[in-house]
Amino acid sequence: MLRDPVYFDAVPLALVSLVLLLLTACGGGHYPQSVFHAEADFSRELDGLFRNIFAWAVGVFVVVEALLLVAIARFRARPGGPEPKPVHGHTALEIGWTLAPALILVFIAVPTMRTIFDTAGHAPEGALRVEVIGHQWWWEYRYPTLDISTANELHIPAGMPIQVEMTSADVIHSFWIPRLAGKRDLIQGRTNRIAFRTDSTGEYWGQCAEFCGASHANMRLRVIAQSDSVFQRWVDRQRAAPVTPAKGSVEETGQQIFRRSACIGCHTITGIANAKVGPDLSHVGGRGTIAGALFPNTTESLHRWISNAPSLKPGALMPPQSLQGADLDAVVAYLQSLK
Amino acid sequence: MKSWLTTTDHKRIGLLYFWTAFAFFLIGGLEALIIRAQLVRPEGIGVSAETFNQLFTMHGTTMVFLALMPLSAAFFNFIIPLQIGARDVAFPRLNAFSYWVFLLGGLFLNASFVAGPLFGAGQLSVAPDAGWFGYANLTSRQFSPGPNVDFWLLGLQILGIASLAAGFNFVVTILNMRAPGMRMLRLPPFTWMTLITQFLVITAFPVITVALVLLMFDRFFGTHFFLPSGGGDPILWQHLFWMFGHPEVYILILPAMGIVSEVLPTFSRKPLFGYTVVVYSGVVIAFLGWSVWAHHMFASGLGPIADSVFAGTTMLIAIPTGVKIFNWIGTLWGGQIRFTTALLFAVGFIAMFIIGGLSGVTHASAPTDLQQTDTYYVVAHIHYVLFGGTILGLFAGMYYWWPKMTGRLLSERLGKVHFWLTLIGMNLAFFPMHLSGLLGMPRRIYTYSPDLGVAGFNLVSTIGAFLVGIATLVFFWNLLRTRWQPVNAPANPWNGATLEWAIPSPPPVYNFTVIPTVANRLPLWQTERHGPMAPLPERPPAPIHVPGGSWWPMITAVGLPIMAVGALSHFLPVVLAGAVVAIVGIYGWAFEPFEM
Repeated sequence: MLRDPVYFDAVPLALVSLVLLLLTACGGGHYPQSVFHAEADFSRELDGLFRNIFAWAVGVFVVVEALLLVAIARFRARPGGPEPKPVHGHTALEIGWTLAPALILVFIAVPTMRTIFDTAGHAPEGALRVEVIGHQWWWEYRYPTLDISTANELHIPAGMPIQVEMTSADVIHSFWIPRLAGKRDLIQGRTNRIAFRTDSTGEYWGQCAEFCGASHANMRLRVIAQSDSVFQRWVDRQRAAPVTPAKGSVEETGQQIFRRSACIGCHTITGIANAKVGPDLSHVGGRGTIAGALFPNTTESLHRWISNAPSLKPGALMPPQSLQGADLDAVVAYLQSLK
Repeated sequence: MKSWLTTTDHKRIGLLYFWTAFAFFLIGGLEALIIRAQLVRPEGIGVSAETFNQLFTMHGTTMVFLALMPLSAAFFNFIIPLQIGARDVAFPRLNAFSYWVFLLGGLFLNASFVAGPLFGAGQLSVAPDAGWFGYANLTSRQFSPGPNVDFWLLGLQILGIASLAAGFNFVVTILNMRAPGMRMLRLPPFTWMTLITQFLVITAFPVITVALVLLMFDRFFGTHFFLPSGGGDPILWQHLFWMFGHPEVYILILPAMGIVSEVLPTFSRKPLFGYTVVVYSGVVIAFLGWSVWAHHMFASGLGPIADSVFAGTTMLIAIPTGVKIFNWIGTLWGGQIRFTTALLFAVGFIAMFIIGGLSGVTHASAPTDLQQTDTYYVVAHIHYVLFGGTILGLFAGMYYWWPKMTGRLLSERLGKVHFWLTLIGMNLAFFPMHLSGLLGMPRRIYTYSPDLGVAGFNLVSTIGAFLVGIATLVFFWNLLRTRWQPVNAPANPWNGATLEWAIPSPPPVYNFTVIPTVANRLPLWQTERHGPMAPLPERPPAPIHVPGGSWWPMITAVGLPIMAVGALSHFLPVVLAGAVVAIVGIYGWAFEPFEM
C-alpha cells in the first residue's frame, strides 16, 4: 500500500498532458481575442509585463514543486526505517525563505508600478477622442470632435493615439479589445479613460467583460483600424446625411413604413427619427454586423432580427415587430441602403 | 430524532454541519456540471441565458456560503473542543442556533429554484441571477425587477447571522475553554488557524451585512445608496463587498491550511516545521487580508495611486503564504512519510495551491490584471485556490478525522481512487481555463463564438469537471459504506499527537473522562524533550454532568426565514410574525435552566 508505483506514473502523465495543452494554445490557430497577439502600445506593454511575471512564476513553480516532489519521493516511510529526527524549525531557513520571495516581488513590483502610471489612460496631445457609452447590450460610440455617432463597430485611424472616454447608460459594462487594450469598466455617473495606439490596420474583436444581465454574452464589438485615407472616407460618409431613397423604389416604401412604425420610438436616422434608446441607424447599412456585433449584416439576419430580436438575444429591449412579407422586405432594403 | 433536533452536543452539531454542507456541496457541484455541459461547445447545448445566469450565481453562492464555510465549520465543531481539551464549546445552545440558521438560510436560498409560481414569474425558477458578488447597479429594482436578487440578499443576511454567532462562539471557546497548560503557543495549528478565521468572520461579516442592508433599502424602500440616478455610487458596493470578500477568501483557506498543518506532521512522524512561524504567518495573512480588497477592482478605474497601493499590498501577501508552503515542505523533509489518502490530499493541496498562488501574483500586478480580470483566467485562479486549496484541504481533513467523528475508517483503496480522479479531473477542468481566458473568453457567458478558438479548451474543461463529479461520487460512496460497518477505528489510528486522539473513536458524549493537563505541544508523542502523556482513565472517576437538549435555538432560528419570506412577499404581518417567533425563542432560551 505504501509504495504503490501508480502514484509516480500519474504525476508525469498529468504534467505531459498539461504541456501538450499549452503547446496547442501557442501553436498557430486563429485567436481574434488573444492577449498574446498584441497589436497596440497599451496591450503590448501589458503583454511584456505579463511575460516578465510569468517567467518568475514558472521559475518559482519549478523550484517549489520540485522540492515538494523530492521530499515525498525521498522520505517515503520504509519498513524498519529510523525514527525521524524531531526537528522543530530552523531560524536561518525561515529568514531565507522570507527574504527570497520578497526579493522576487521587488522585481515584479517595480515594473508593475511603472506600467500602472504608463497606462493610466491619458493619451498624448492630438489624440482622437472617442466616447463609449455602454447599453444593455450594445455599444454607442460618439466622436465629439467629428460629430459622429455610431454603434458596435468602432472605426479608428491606425497610427494615431486614441483617447477613449467611457461611461454607461445603465448597468456596469467593461470595454475590452484584448489585442489592443486592457479592459476598463463603464459606470453610470463616472467617466473612465483608456488610451492606445495601433499601427496595424485590421479588424479587432472584443466583448463586454463585466456581467451585465441576460445577454452579457451577446454584447460584442469590433474595432476597425484603418489607414488615414480609408478612415477619412468613412468619416465623410458618417457625416453625410443618410441616403434618400429614389422615388418609387422599394427603399422608399421601406422608409415610409419605418416612419410610421414603432422603429422611430427608439432609433435615430437623421432627418427621419430622433430617439436615443437604440443604436443610431443613419448609416447602419455600412456596418459589417448588427445586434452588438452578433450577426453578420445580411438580409437574412435583418429579417430575423426585426421579426423577433429577443429570441436571438435574450432580454433584448427591441420587442418582436409585426412587420411581414413585403413590408418587412422593404424596411430591410431601406436599412441596407443606409450606407 | 428528537435528540438530534434539540442537541447541543458539539459533536452531533459537527456531524449535522457536515452532512448538510456536503448535500449543498453536491447541489453546487451539480450546478457546475450543468454550466460545464452548456460550455462544452460554442453556442451551447440549449441552456437558456436566464437559467445559465442563475446557475453560475447559485454555484458561487452555494460553494462559498453553503459548502466550504460550513464544511470547515463541521471540523471546528467536532474537533476544536477535543483539541483544546474541553467538554463542549463555550455556548452550546448558540452553537445549535448557528447550525439551524445555516440550514434554514441555505434552504431559503435554494427554495428560489422552485418559487417562481408564487411570484407569478411565468417560470419555475426565480433563483438569484446577478453573480455571487452581485454588483450594483445591476441588482437594482430597475434592472433586476424579479424576486431573484431579494432571495439572494435576504438569504445571505440570514447566513451571516449563523456565521457571526459561530464566530463569537469559537473565539470565546478557544480563548477560554483550553485545558490546563494549553498555552496559546501550545494550541494545535488547526485550532490556531480556526481562531484567526473566526476573528476574520466577526470583523468581515458586519461589512457585508451593512452592504446587504443598504441594498435592501435600495430595493425595498427606494433609497439610492448604489444608484447614480439618485446621487449614489455603484462603486461603493464594490468597496463594501470586497472589503468583506477578500477576508472571506482567507476565511475559506485558513482552516484548510490548519488541516494540512495537522496532517503533514502526523504522517511524516515529525513535528510541524517552524510552528511559531506558521502561526504568525497566519496572523500576518489575516491582517494583510484586510488591506487588499481593491485588487478585485483594478478595471473599475480607481486611478494609478490606488492601483499601485493595492498591487503592492497584494504582492506582500505572497510572502507569508510562501513561508507556510516552505514550512510544510520542511515538515515533510527528513520524515517517514506514510502515503495515506489524507496525506495525499494534503500534498495535493500544497501542489495545487502553489499554482493558484502564482496566478494570484499575476493578478496582483494591476496592469496585467486588466487583461485577466473577468475572464476564464480568473476563474482558473479562484478554482486552484478554492478547489485545489480549500477543497483538497477539507478532503484531507475528512480522511484524517472521519474515524474520530464516526468511529469508522474510510476505505483507503476508494480514497486513493478518489484522490487521483480528483487531482487529474481538477487539472483537466481548471488548467485549460487559464488559456481560454487569455485567448479572450470572458467569464459568465452562456454562449461563445466558434471563431474565438477556445472550443477545444472548453471541451477538456468539461471532461475534467465530470471526472471530478465521478470522483465525488466515489467519495460519497466511501462515506456511505461506513454506515454499515461496525465501529472499527482505534482511538489513535494515525498516531496523531494532539488531544483528540487521546480519547476513544467516536468520543463519548463527555469527551474526556478527566480534563487533561497539557505540558507541551505534542502531548501524545515521544520527543527528545518529553514522553507521551499518561493515558486518561477509561471511566470517569466522578460523574460528569452533560447538558440536555433545547428546542429554543431551533425555534429562534425558524423566526428568521419567516421574516425573510414576509419581506419577499412585501407582506408586513408575516415579517412581524417571524419576529415574534424569534423573540419568543430568545425569551424561552434566556429563561431555560441549562447547566454545563
